[in-house]
Amino acid sequence: MEVVVDNKVLAFVADFKKPETISDVRKQAMDALSGMDFPTTRVEEWKYTRVAKYVKKKYKQVQASANVGEYTIADLNAHQLVFVNGYYDESLSTILEDDAVSIHKIDDLNEEYYADIVDGTSENVFSLINKAYQTGGVFIQIKKNKKANHPIHLMHILDGEEVIANARHFIQSETGSKAEVVATYHSKNSENSFTNIVLEGHIEANASLTINKFQTEAKNVLHISNELFIQDESSNFLINTITTGALLTRNGLDVIVEGENCHTEMNGAYLGTEKQHIDNHTIIDQLYSHCTSSEAYKGVMDDKSVGVFNGKVIVRQDAQKIAAYQSNKNILLSKTASVNSKPELEIYADDVRCSHGSTIGELDEEAMFYLQSRGISAASARQLLIAAFIGDILDKVQNEALRANIDKLFLEDFGWKF
Amino acid sequence: MLTIKNLQASVEDGAEILKGLNLEVKAGEVHAIMGPNGSGKSTLASVLTGRNGYEVTGGSVDFDGVDLLDLDPEDRAKEGLFLAFQYPVEIPGVSNVNFLRTAMNEIREYRKEDRLSAKDFLAKVKVAGNLVELSDKLSGRSVNVDFSGGEKKRNEIFQMAMLEPKLAILDETDSGLDIDALRIVSEGVNKLRTKDNAIILITHYQRLLEYIKPDFVHVLSDGKIIKTGGAELALELEEKGYDWINEEIAQ
Repeated sequence: MEVVVDNKVLAFVADFKKPETISDVRKQAMDALSGMDFPTTRVEEWKYTRVAKYVKKKYKQVQASANVGEYTIADLNAHQLVFVNGYYDESLSTILEDDAVSIHKIDDLNEEYYADIVDGTSENVFSLINKAYQTGGVFIQIKKNKKANHPIHLMHILDGEEVIANARHFIQSETGSKAEVVATYHSKNSENSFTNIVLEGHIEANASLTINKFQTEAKNVLHISNELFIQDESSNFLINTITTGALLTRNGLDVIVEGENCHTEMNGAYLGTEKQHIDNHTIIDQLYSHCTSSEAYKGVMDDKSVGVFNGKVIVRQDAQKIAAYQSNKNILLSKTASVNSKPELEIYADDVRCSHGSTIGELDEEAMFYLQSRGISAASARQLLIAAFIGDILDKVQNEALRANIDKLFLEDFGWKF
Repeated sequence: MLTIKNLQASVEDGAEILKGLNLEVKAGEVHAIMGPNGSGKSTLASVLTGRNGYEVTGGSVDFDGVDLLDLDPEDRAKEGLFLAFQYPVEIPGVSNVNFLRTAMNEIREYRKEDRLSAKDFLAKVKVAGNLVELSDKLSGRSVNVDFSGGEKKRNEIFQMAMLEPKLAILDETDSGLDIDALRIVSEGVNKLRTKDNAIILITHYQRLLEYIKPDFVHVLSDGKIIKTGGAELALELEEKGYDWINEEIAQ
């Protein structure tokens, strides 16, 4: 955390609406903000991601409506919860019949329960801005020993210029439950707007939660997400993060594993073009024994885009028999694209199996020639090789309707077929 | 079909490999090009198919009226040229059958022919697979990934059968093959021979030529063809090595 030089943060939030009731969470966040500054590249965690020019700007909190049909995923058959500029719009949302799922406003989340869950976890200036000034969001409960009948689609839309969207969500996967959440992020006429999202959750014992995040905002948007998940014993958590949008994206994902026999899987695919900057920072904190984690992120960067991957795995002293696997692979399609990849393993236990690997390369020239020598054009050969490279990450998205939606976008935006 | 005149080529760092090579291949013919290591055999295959890293410094290559050296690698293939690689490349995530479908459709588009229907394509896969005893399982997998050496070479001939080139260059296709695989590959190639196509076999050893009978055998040495004969020349080379030719020329 930075020492305060002047109060840039308070200036940043000065025009935000003061909430009618100040909950403990808001109050604590507000108090913390008065001692904060925005990160500079001198802060290790933000070394490769420069936010200064974005946080100098002013953003407004404005409600708007949206044409939801444009963003509905065909055949997903989901509870569709719509957030426009960070405001939950119930009239645009569709909640299906489902005895396994109950959906509340975020302000209905029990503060004592929440404080207990996140006790000891770290915040940053963006998660605190969100928690202090959030304009809406949902608290979702997946009922004990039940499987959700439908996926839950959290549809986020930015509409208008210089807007900030501070939606905050919390998912409680009760003991033995199972559910899938699809979080999508879209934008329209959104020049200089800012998505500042907080998505948190608690996966209780024997519960299973899958999250597919698909962010396709326009390349004139700032997107910062803070995602925190706590796993209890014998739980399963899978999150796939697919990023093609925004001018600057920072996906911050922390998973704290607070029980034995858990499995955590995080996969990511990111595709950068033009001057996009896509940063994935992940942490898996293993506190107990006999857990496994698997992390695979792949990037394809073209033009002048920049990719950042920082994957930290912490294995605490008493967490024995942990198997943690991590891999980050990147392909650069142009001489001016770049990637900074940094695996960080902190292992304090002595009986663990951990591996990590990181590669940054170009398309295999021999493979290109092989395909071309069979009559395939250079453009098609590139497409085949890129699709093959990133395809195994997309295959982690097992929801067929969502996968079809992703494939469609990739074909439209990049001309890549799978 | 193929007329190579005074072809000169260097690798990118400057060393000249081909130093004035002449070769005439007609439809229906099988030519074997033999020669010691470093004589320029694989460079010839690379230059003809347009691999990066080589510079043509002189001469010409005419392929049925087309200036071959002027074309991108994919267009050379579309004109009917095929290379069976000495070291077939593994391409994880790209299925053998899918990439061939892409290739065949692009070739057909270039030739202004209709796309192949899925049914006709699959029928062709079956026939070509049977030709080199390549199972459906292998043809559907990622290109060459986890294939044995013999399977990779059979896969090359499988692709040749699918693409039906006018001229196929087989670069050391016999290397690394056991006797059974050699027989399968050779029989496959023989069945693909017609009066309208031609084959150039690049090889170190005579043993492939016991299975695929060449019409001409050329000896490549130091970037030039220094002797041409019939199938019997290969036997003579096997017996006596290459040095006697150089001595013969010196006299």
